[in-house]
Amino acid sequence: MRMSRFNIVSLVFGIAFLYLPILLVVIYSFNASKLVTVWGGFSGQWYRALLSNKPLLDAAWVSFRIALVSATGAAILGTLAALALRRYRRFRGRGLFAFMLYAPLVLPEIMTGLSLLLLFVALGWDRGFWTVTLAHMAFTIAFVALVVDARLADLDPSYEEAARDLGATPLSAFMRVTLPMIAPAIIAGFLLAFTLSLDDLVIASFTSGPGATTLPMRLYGQMRLGVTPEINAASTVMIVSVTLIVIIVSWLSKRRPA
Amino acid sequence: MRARPVILIPFIWLGLFFLAPLLIVVRLAFSESAQARPPYRPVFSWSDGFATWIDKIQAFGLDNFELLLSEPLYGDALLSSVRLAALGTALVLVLAYPIAYAIAKAPRDKRLFLLTLIVVPFWTSFLIRIYAWIALLKPEGLINHMLMQMGWIRAPLPLFGNDLAIVIGIAYSYLPFMVLPLYATLEKLDWSLEEAARDLGATRMRAFWRVTFPQTHRGIIAGILLVFVPALGEFIIPDLLGGSDTLMIGKVLWSEFFNNRDWPLAAAIAVALLIAMAVPLAILRNVETEGTR
Repeated sequence: MRMSRFNIVSLVFGIAFLYLPILLVVIYSFNASKLVTVWGGFSGQWYRALLSNKPLLDAAWVSFRIALVSATGAAILGTLAALALRRYRRFRGRGLFAFMLYAPLVLPEIMTGLSLLLLFVALGWDRGFWTVTLAHMAFTIAFVALVVDARLADLDPSYEEAARDLGATPLSAFMRVTLPMIAPAIIAGFLLAFTLSLDDLVIASFTSGPGATTLPMRLYGQMRLGVTPEINAASTVMIVSVTLIVIIVSWLSKRRPA
Repeated sequence: MRARPVILIPFIWLGLFFLAPLLIVVRLAFSESAQARPPYRPVFSWSDGFATWIDKIQAFGLDNFELLLSEPLYGDALLSSVRLAALGTALVLVLAYPIAYAIAKAPRDKRLFLLTLIVVPFWTSFLIRIYAWIALLKPEGLINHMLMQMGWIRAPLPLFGNDLAIVIGIAYSYLPFMVLPLYATLEKLDWSLEEAARDLGATRMRAFWRVTFPQTHRGIIAGILLVFVPALGEFIIPDLLGGSDTLMIGKVLWSEFFNNRDWPLAAAIAVALLIAMAVPLAILRNVETEGTR
């Protein structure tokens, strides 16, 4: 099938619309001039400035640790939740379970942030690293469950049944047969949760406390003051890291179950 | 049946970190504001029991909602959110339809790649994607700079710090949410119907509008809701791209919470937003269950 000229123009326009703004952020991070519209020659000075920007580096480290811990927790709980919904077609409260699991996907972040903060206040927990981590787990579990559930749907249950027939306990059949087959989906879910956590501004702003300023919170504070090449450089670092993660995820999700 | 840990562990988690917080928001929405830490005095306590709650709601719990209704700021903010989210959604639809159509018409082996190209920017930080548009839209930004260099305009166009910037921001950030459901319906379409219309003498345009377009209504509705609902509660876009006088409900909630420290009022706004969202979501649910049958 040959594509019409109109279709090709639509595609080129759409892709340019999506990528040009991001590309410009990357290009201007190498600008020697401090002005965002004037090209003053190629320079890596803003990246060197990043390396000596201690508050920004601290915030990046906080974000990285929060993303690592929360994505690990979300991967475990999201996988359990997906298994519960796939394996047990009827149990008391299944409808409520599914609703609670997937509702955060459409809940505005501002509501998730506000409600979780109020929970932490009600429980009397000090806000900081752990409250942000728990909050990020709470809003990323749905994404992990979605990815893992898609893989479970494709899975042939006869593999695990065969292991059971051959005398494996339910736990050992799961650990040695099913888990390796859904592992790529769990890792993809983990990486999705990781990038979502790394990216989140709104929920972190609500649930964070002193000493737990995340990278987006720090960047947002600077962005409100205007466009600077240094923010462009920090953004470029984030764009490149996320692109690498996306490549890994797409490679993992292309691998079919054995 | 014995309660299984596979079910029980996530169930308890979701109850604690999804349901309980939502109930607390609702409870707080019916509380009075107070100069204290935390800055509210609950009207309800958990030990009251349900019957007492109903009495109390009728007695004095609605103060925050009365304020929401009587103070025009909040009504205006909600209406303005609906208007901007609707305009943004309309722009997304206009941009996304030709893209989804082109992908559906592309050679089969290229489609997944093209779809991935559309979705990948969605992975990049939301904050950075919005930030990118500040540099483009500002009076001294790239678009105005280029237009003035080419001599097309003398003074910078007002692209930034207004409603237009918000609509562009929504269109840019939510494009994939519209392309995906549209592509899903277009991809399953029976193109022979369009060919038949062409064979019977319809022009290309007429065949599209009379035959193809009406068949994609399900994808259009799903896309509209997937964009409209999150755009309604958007905070980052109006805050970074909008002007100081831009009203959107998410921004008002944020400033009631962080600047005025009126937590009960912020919670009442959240409940109002939830109710506003429930309507389009109920429609989405209907469309989806219709689709699976």
